[in-house]
Amino acid sequence: MAKNDLQGALDLLILKTLSQLSSMHGYGIVNHIRRVSDDRLIVEEGSLYPALHRMEQCGWVRSAWAITDYGRKAKWYSLTRAGREQLAAREKNWEQVAKGVDAILRFA
Amino acid sequence: MGLFRRIVTLGRRTRMEREIEAELREHMQMCIDDNVAAGMSRKAAEREARLRFGSPVAARERVSEEDAALGLESVWRDVRMALRGFVKSPGFSIVVVATLALGIGANTAIFELLDAVRLRTLPVSKPDELAELQIVGGNRGFGLNEGMFMNFTIPMWLEVKDHHDPFSGVFAWRANGMEVGKPGESRQVRALEVSGGFFSTLGVTPWQGRLIEPQDEAGCQLTKVVASYGFWKSQMGGVPITANTTIVVEGKSVQVLGATPPSFFGMEVGNRFDLAYPTCTPAKLRRDIFFYSVMGRLKPGWSVKQANDYFNALSPGLFENTAPTGYSADAVKTYTSFRLGAYPAGAGVSHLREAYSSSLNLLLAITGLVLLIACANLANLMLARSSRKQREIAIRMALGATRARLLRQMLVESALLALLGAGLGVVLAQPLSRALVASLSTNGNSIHLTIAADWRVLLFAAGVGVATCILCGTVPAFRSSKTEPVSAMRSGERGLMGNRERFWMQRAMVVTQVAVSMVLLVGALLFVRSYRNLVTLNPGFRESGVVLGYFGFGHMHLKQENIAAFKRTLVEDVQTLPGIENATATNNVPLTGGSWSHTVDVGALNGSSRFTYVSPSYFATLGIPILTGRGFTSQDRSDTPLALIVNQAFIRQFVRSTSPVGQRVHVRPEPDYPERTYEIVGTVPDTKYFDLRGEAPPIAFVPAEQFPVTGQRPGMAMMIAARDTAGVERSVRQMFEQKHPGLNMQFANFEQGIRDNLVGDRLMAMVSGAFGVLAALLVVIGLYGVLSYFLAQRRGEIGIRIALGASRSRVVGESLWDAGKMLGIGLIMGVMLALVAGREASTMVFGLKPWDPATLIGAAALLAVVTVVTSIVPALKAANVNPIETLRSE
Repeated sequence: MAKNDLQGALDLLILKTLSQLSSMHGYGIVNHIRRVSDDRLIVEEGSLYPALHRMEQCGWVRSAWAITDYGRKAKWYSLTRAGREQLAAREKNWEQVAKGVDAILRFA
Repeated sequence: MGLFRRIVTLGRRTRMEREIEAELREHMQMCIDDNVAAGMSRKAAEREARLRFGSPVAARERVSEEDAALGLESVWRDVRMALRGFVKSPGFSIVVVATLALGIGANTAIFELLDAVRLRTLPVSKPDELAELQIVGGNRGFGLNEGMFMNFTIPMWLEVKDHHDPFSGVFAWRANGMEVGKPGESRQVRALEVSGGFFSTLGVTPWQGRLIEPQDEAGCQLTKVVASYGFWKSQMGGVPITANTTIVVEGKSVQVLGATPPSFFGMEVGNRFDLAYPTCTPAKLRRDIFFYSVMGRLKPGWSVKQANDYFNALSPGLFENTAPTGYSADAVKTYTSFRLGAYPAGAGVSHLREAYSSSLNLLLAITGLVLLIACANLANLMLARSSRKQREIAIRMALGATRARLLRQMLVESALLALLGAGLGVVLAQPLSRALVASLSTNGNSIHLTIAADWRVLLFAAGVGVATCILCGTVPAFRSSKTEPVSAMRSGERGLMGNRERFWMQRAMVVTQVAVSMVLLVGALLFVRSYRNLVTLNPGFRESGVVLGYFGFGHMHLKQENIAAFKRTLVEDVQTLPGIENATATNNVPLTGGSWSHTVDVGALNGSSRFTYVSPSYFATLGIPILTGRGFTSQDRSDTPLALIVNQAFIRQFVRSTSPVGQRVHVRPEPDYPERTYEIVGTVPDTKYFDLRGEAPPIAFVPAEQFPVTGQRPGMAMMIAARDTAGVERSVRQMFEQKHPGLNMQFANFEQGIRDNLVGDRLMAMVSGAFGVLAALLVVIGLYGVLSYFLAQRRGEIGIRIALGASRSRVVGESLWDAGKMLGIGLIMGVMLALVAGREASTMVFGLKPWDPATLIGAAALLAVVTVVTSIVPALKAANVNPIETLRSE
């Protein structure tokens, strides 16, 4: 079971986004999640950055300053090897959680 | 790894913070860019981004908090901020740190003494393995007892020496005095008589030469000694010890084998030894002199409990084999019923421990209470301070600081204060502790304790520091972190809202202070009065203007039957000296801790009575009146009927007849003291015997001339009464040096000796008195502070009321009433606490009940006066408020 579903979900979203985009800055991550989920999921900036910094400390992501397409300076995050492993574990875990939640919702 | 990198970059906080800030700023910019691209005006775009993003400061803090290393950094920032705060309000900081330092210092000082006296183990290898053997319950006064800690006769020791399965080694020792130096310029040193296994069993290794070994026990002539490090350094100049090193001991030149290491002070905590010499087994063994203390080192695998069982099982045979002869069958039966027990001895033995343990515990409690009062004061100070800082706190909360963050900062502040206080306290504790030891030392008995801040002391101080930090810091911190920013900012610094409920806590603290200081004052009064009772107590005989002279004449080798006559001539010689009122011989000087008793039968009644053998002049010298019958005269000689003068306690216990004079008293035999029958010729009032506290025991006086010849020893004690005691020693010395060259003479002041036995009581009186005063002082400060603060908070209200026509006296009366209520509740609680605490102290106070009403009333009255005087000043100040000015400033 997931230790902390909410946080686990946010981490999963960020990790997955980074694995799809290979490298992205915080603003881009928010936009990506929003776009792909058709505005259903909106990540708050107040939660995003603490999560990114925590993940960086755990060694799941690394960061570097670079210029965006529109000429702004930003910190770009990308997955490390440990991050990819983490993502795989989380994805598996999430399937279990989703199935569990689904089962409960369908219980008649 | 990331965390490691962060720790390495610790101190480069600003760079990291800037980085976070830049990241967040860029994020916002991108947000604005997109909004503008979507067609918003620049202004609307910025506003929308900011609304979405929230407070940038709070966001940055949250990101930083994820960073463990940065978290450490921010604690450091709190520390710096707290220090800046202290520097900004130096008065506050100095008061707080000084109060804490004194409080913690006093506590630590007492604890250091307790530690040195009771907790620390002997400086020998593996002290936990040492066990002492004792007769369970003591020997109940059987035979002759040479002193404290000595509970083995030589035959008993020899038995244990051969049978000690639980021990890998055993040894016997006793403390003794010795004369060192050439005759005429000799001086008394502290000696240890030790068996051959003493040093090897203890694991003490030589510092110089070698120590005493089993082969040294051969021969009872004193030929070799071992010096302590202190003696070797100070008396022998620290010159390396060789086979030719000798010193003069007891008039003879003896070889010094070696010296012990500096840390080894002997077996008694609070004392130290100068010389050690080997025991020997004399040809003629006394079986009834309790002479040695016996200890052993447990073999691996043996516990003290197992050893105890072993020696308990060994006891019947042991006491059967060593039973003394010459005693009545009853007495021998008592002896053979003794059982040996084993007790942990890793901390050595200590007279101090037995005498002062309960005093030290009580002192620790007293200093603890003083610290509690100080803490309450500090908590009040902090509360007042935090409510002054309320506005600042409100602003910080409004800006997004979390409660946890504010709480941490306030706790850091009080932790720093406690740390500073505890640090200074440990430094202060050393001299305080030394001063206490010095006050317990007397001329005749100096105390040598190693006062050191070992880990136990430091741990204790740290514990006290943490406790004070929690007591004075936490409550105010929690209180102010609960601040509602909006109401606090609206009501300003001294508004009416939100402050009322806070008062109850300050009131509770004042009440606690009054209650605790009531306990301390009652304690102080009890101990001071108890000491006064002891000092002014009439023991039943003359104390002042009496010199004690101890004379030894072993060198004259007098025949047993001539000793009594020689003693008489010594007394007569002293009596003829000018300036001397009277003189008497006695075998026991009262109130010096000695005791001499025999078992008596009077008709059908029997029991133990003290026996004192005295010159006829004894009662005149000490001013004891003869109540009935006659005193002794020079006609009471060894060849006349045996005469006895008894005190009232003796009559109460043994004489059923209405006229004691003429009654016969039978004394049971003991070795050297044959069976005898005396006739009571006179009676005297009760006099104190062993110490001032004890009731007078039954005492029987016998003329010195009738002392059994077989028991005579070449030494005597003389009590010399003179108006000018200073000159006595010189004139007696002069006379006897001419008349009896080589006579060993020592002098002491009787009254001084009695006072010296009261140093423990004096210490309690002094320290508890000082702390009682300190407690009252702290209450004054605390109360004044709290009242001033209350009234300052209510200045607006008072202003309005005066403007509306309230009289000033009413305002004063009201605030006095307020103080009176707190005082009343505090006093009631204090009296109850004092009654509970008094039970603990009941054995320590003399001539008073712990619930002594005069003491309780006195302490309460003192506190009441102090409180009223303290409250009048702020009350008057409040009443003199100018209503216009106050209302305008509102």
